Amino acid sequence: MEATTVQSKPQVLRRVFVWQLPVRYYHWVNALCILVLTATGFIIGDPPALLSGKEAYANFWFGTTRFIHFVAAYIFLFNFLFRIYWGFVGNHFASWKNFIPTNKKFFQDMWRVIQVDIFMTKKEEEGAIGHNRLAGFIYFLTFIAFAIQCLTGFGLYAAMSDWWLPGLFTWVPTLFGGDFMLRQIHHWAMWFFILFTVVHVYLVFYHDYVEGRGELSSMAGGWKFIEEKYFNKKK
Amino acid sequence: MLTETSTHRKTYYEELRDKGYTRRDFMKFCTLFAAYMGLQSTGAAQIADALKNTPRVPVIWLHFQECTCCSESFIRSSHPIVADIILDKLSLDYSETLMAAAGHQAEEVRAKTMKDHYGEYILCVEGSVPMGGDGEYCCIGGKSALNILEETAAGAKAIIAWGSCACNGCVQAAKPNPTQATPIHKIVKGKPIVKVPGCPPIGEVMAGTIVHIITFGTLPELDGTGRPKAFYSKRIHDSCYRRPYYDAGLFVETFDDENARRGYCLYKVGCKGPSTYNSCGIMKWNNGVSFPIQSGHGCFGCSEEKFWDNGPIYQRLPNFPGFGIETSADKVGMVALGVTAAGIAAHAVATNLRKHKMVDHLIDEGKQSDRDLKLD
Repeated sequence: MEATTVQSKPQVLRRVFVWQLPVRYYHWVNALCILVLTATGFIIGDPPALLSGKEAYANFWFGTTRFIHFVAAYIFLFNFLFRIYWGFVGNHFASWKNFIPTNKKFFQDMWRVIQVDIFMTKKEEEGAIGHNRLAGFIYFLTFIAFAIQCLTGFGLYAAMSDWWLPGLFTWVPTLFGGDFMLRQIHHWAMWFFILFTVVHVYLVFYHDYVEGRGELSSMAGGWKFIEEKYFNKKK
Repeated sequence: MLTETSTHRKTYYEELRDKGYTRRDFMKFCTLFAAYMGLQSTGAAQIADALKNTPRVPVIWLHFQECTCCSESFIRSSHPIVADIILDKLSLDYSETLMAAAGHQAEEVRAKTMKDHYGEYILCVEGSVPMGGDGEYCCIGGKSALNILEETAAGAKAIIAWGSCACNGCVQAAKPNPTQATPIHKIVKGKPIVKVPGCPPIGEVMAGTIVHIITFGTLPELDGTGRPKAFYSKRIHDSCYRRPYYDAGLFVETFDDENARRGYCLYKVGCKGPSTYNSCGIMKWNNGVSFPIQSGHGCFGCSEEKFWDNGPIYQRLPNFPGFGIETSADKVGMVALGVTAAGIAAHAVATNLRKHKMVDHLIDEGKQSDRDLKLD
């Protein structure tokens, strides 16, 4: 892997179709929803002191903010349910097996990723084409966070709606001993999303920078570009 | 009272007529309560019918760890018949606060009601039961609250848990709960329990619950936590007359500002109306005069479980547990965000040190391409 050898014989990269179109749609819809939900959520939790000379009947900005929050919540929920479905029918890289540890090897690989990419104590190249094992497991945790937000959010929303779907969540406030606790958990969990997003975006840049496989663009076109020698190893 | 149980048991209507109420008063009462209970217009006749024909239901009303505010609220119920029917005439055989008897006599009355009306009487409990220190924190007539409750609950047809103490422990169950104050439903199993939370509950809500049981002979329809749906299915927020200010984003910022004077929404000064289920916004208090929000103070959620532990009264966002006072989830989150950003910066620097060969190799490859394309 010395620079000199490369100059004489450049790497051949092969195109691999990693993220199917539904996965990419899911990703960006989800990202947009989280952005909207977090922004409106902050406003709902601590509304800014806007001054207005108008009467209350001429204003509805806070109601509108909440409306946007609820619409985004519905989209977020359906998008999430769709992704779970796609975990069973999608391609190899979309499969639920990437996220839920089912064997010891999964944890060994996770530890290897931590050594290679987080502590950088081990010098080797990253092998994973789709999600590496650590990323897969973290996404599994985010799915749990999604579920918590959906449960607490729709649990709070249920009392305001006559529709059967939010009605499915009426048991949630009972379980948590009322809306107080639900509201708090809903607020705390939001910070997980913020921290996740920051780390997630950084790591996408990191992988693209270090590996040069088109990590960043893969969520647009679906392609990653993998070295020929990786294919030879597999043979 | 003692003799009556062995002979003819008077109906509620007979008792009221004896007391001097006219039929007109009686019908007014029935109509009022049909409305409170959310019944259709024929409901008033149903109530009248039931009160005319049913003999009085014996009631034992126990007081444990409580402040008697539930009883106080109850006797201030808007219609005078409420106090009369329940306290004088509802055959309130035993109630520490209100009965005339004392000492052994009183205990005898309780024992007799339990024996004569086994499986028929309604047990009303005001207050929580201390489970700590062998129950020594609350003893009446030489018996612990737990003993009395278990003994009395055994023959009860149904139990009504009055107020937040009996429903969720209220203030004495707040951390660290030194007496291990415990709500009724965690002690008595296998009996139908109606929870009527609030500190205190609204008098009409209490009366409405009892009238329902008398009229229909069944418990009112309950929600998931055991509260009557007629009174606890809506949040204060949903029936609050200041709600339009909330939707318009017009909030009181401090209690002494212009917005407070204008009567804007109290959301930002900690009103718990959006997470509290009760009827205050509709029935109001003291014969419909007012309720906390109407007098300029936010709801503090007295009918919700653990309302004492669920954050400061005048703050929207509660303190984050384990980080001391004045530390909200947002402050903790911002610190976590800062730590994460620092970690990322450190990692980015480390990447350029530890992985520079990989990166150099990519850069060299790019330069090679430049040369091959004759771009130099």
